[in-house]
Amino acid sequence: MTRPACEVHDLGRTGYGEAFAMQRDLVERRKAGLIPDQLLLLEHPHTITLGRNGHIENLLASEEALRSAGIAFHETDRGGDITYHGPGQIVGYPIMDLKQWKRDVGAFVRGMEEVMISALSEFDIAAARVPGCTGVWVEGRKIGAIGVHLSRWVSSHGFALNVNPGMSYFEYIVPCGLQKPVTSMEQLGSKAETAAVRAALTLHFGKVFGCEMVQAVLETVI
Amino acid sequence: MTDVVMPQMGESIVEGTLTKWLKKPGDRVERDEPLFEISTDKVDTEIPSPVAGTLGEILVTEGTTVGINTVVARISDGGAVAAAPAAVEAPSSKPAAPPASVPASAPPLAAAPSSIEEPAGPLSPLVRKMARENNIDFARVKGTGAGGRITKQDVEAYLAQPSAAPIAPIAAPVSVPAAPPAFVPLPAAGQAKIRVEPLSAMRAKIAHHMVFSQATSAHVTTVHKVDITKVARMRERSKADFQSRYGMSLTYLPFVTRAAAEALRAFPLLNASIDGGSIIYHNEVNIGIAVALENGLIVPVIRNADEKNVVGLQRSIVDLSTRARSRQLKPDEVNGGTFSISNFGGFGSVIATPVINQPQVAILGVGAVEKTPVVIDDAIAIRSVCYLSLSFDHRLIDGALADQFTAKVKAVLEGWSEQVL
Repeated sequence: MTRPACEVHDLGRTGYGEAFAMQRDLVERRKAGLIPDQLLLLEHPHTITLGRNGHIENLLASEEALRSAGIAFHETDRGGDITYHGPGQIVGYPIMDLKQWKRDVGAFVRGMEEVMISALSEFDIAAARVPGCTGVWVEGRKIGAIGVHLSRWVSSHGFALNVNPGMSYFEYIVPCGLQKPVTSMEQLGSKAETAAVRAALTLHFGKVFGCEMVQAVLETVI
Repeated sequence: MTDVVMPQMGESIVEGTLTKWLKKPGDRVERDEPLFEISTDKVDTEIPSPVAGTLGEILVTEGTTVGINTVVARISDGGAVAAAPAAVEAPSSKPAAPPASVPASAPPLAAAPSSIEEPAGPLSPLVRKMARENNIDFARVKGTGAGGRITKQDVEAYLAQPSAAPIAPIAAPVSVPAAPPAFVPLPAAGQAKIRVEPLSAMRAKIAHHMVFSQATSAHVTTVHKVDITKVARMRERSKADFQSRYGMSLTYLPFVTRAAAEALRAFPLLNASIDGGSIIYHNEVNIGIAVALENGLIVPVIRNADEKNVVGLQRSIVDLSTRARSRQLKPDEVNGGTFSISNFGGFGSVIATPVINQPQVAILGVGAVEKTPVVIDDAIAIRSVCYLSLSFDHRLIDGALADQFTAKVKAVLEGWSEQVL
């Protein structure tokens, strides 16, 4: 039996609003069955986002201060609390119809953790889950975050893995509302480039979710 | 009454927090319309209404965490029951309009002031067109289709009546505020003048890429006329044999690709790219072939095209374009191109000015091959001729070099000498 296709989009640096609009478009077309599952891989410019049920008190700076630091701020409709995105952090947005996978949000979140843990192991980083604290952790420090939105079992938003972002930006927030430190591959001594990590994430995404990763047709166009 | 419950979101999920009601008690909801939102660990989910009806009681308030299958609200579904039998008969998958006795929500407001009102039921484009052309007020037409829908026959029957006087096209009711001046033609009945549709992700990507390329490169296009008769004859001779031996037809494209690969070897600057202040010469000749898709295009890449003969090139072209159309290309099959070819001649175009596929510096366009009278040694002969258009980046490549390159492609094609493919 052939595995279902998942189209991968390597979008590079993409603004939060632009990526959000693209996700919304893909979600509608995924719901309509016009396209297979999708995985968007990208990096955002400096952005802080607050989940719909997040706590604004976890933002430690005024919006004014964010603006002057060149950080965009968005309230958004994913699960999870507050988080930071920026250059050097790979963001993965799977647009997947979970009805055709396991119909299980818990398994979906565990699956995304698995993708990040497996990708990190390729760079000799031993990451793990912490029961009760969704995300991916290395020695008590968070390296990968998760936040998802579902509509009719079609997912949007997803995961974020710190490769080599500017760690000082996390000081503007209480990441995910947790009083626990964050880390990155670079802080753990890895010299991995984001391109190599993207490739590892793509490979393991296909393994964990049992799909054939194919290049989305929108990549190289003239 | 239908109970609405906290849904089962997965094996390990035993409870969820109801985070937001999207409707208030008394609001009308449609089946599958988002009704409330729940939050489980790191996942927010919109939950659609299981039925159409009116939201009655809300039993679980925002911010409360409850176990799965807990009843969170009740919906009175009288409207849905009444509409259901009609929906079964209706040929379309949409539910028919509710019967008049059910107090339905207000009819949708017309977007623009108009004397012609839209009936509740859906109308076919044909009926809309007939009504527009004949200036028909739908309120006066009795619908006999499913759910009281107005059909083509109904419009014809209405027009056949002697009393079917068309309404004056500018008879806007005085009560309409800010009615347009009489000389402004009114929008046609039920027919908006525009339709708004978001750009698809592919369209947006293509748009970005095109503008980016035009803004990046100094585009210049040079056109050379090529007498491709030798290739045409060769192709004519081997066509049937080729088809039976390889199971695919033989086109002009692999010949042009072969000639381009030769020329790229001779003029490596055409196989380069610009990176900041440096020229990057690519040692591999990887030729992208533009493939038109239903709503866009993609450029899969033939790697080491200079190492392939015409058979191998034709096979790669067929394989890549087939898989491009079925969206089965692998990531490394659309990356790493060093030069591109666009075969717009396949669509009948004779000359075009293709846009460079960044970060490449040139693209060759192939026009349609046509039999043309040509003067040779003061005699008129009929030859197979096509135009090759080379768009090049004048930042890196000057006209003389571009023409030398294109002349080389032309020379290979005109002097085609390989007797074996």
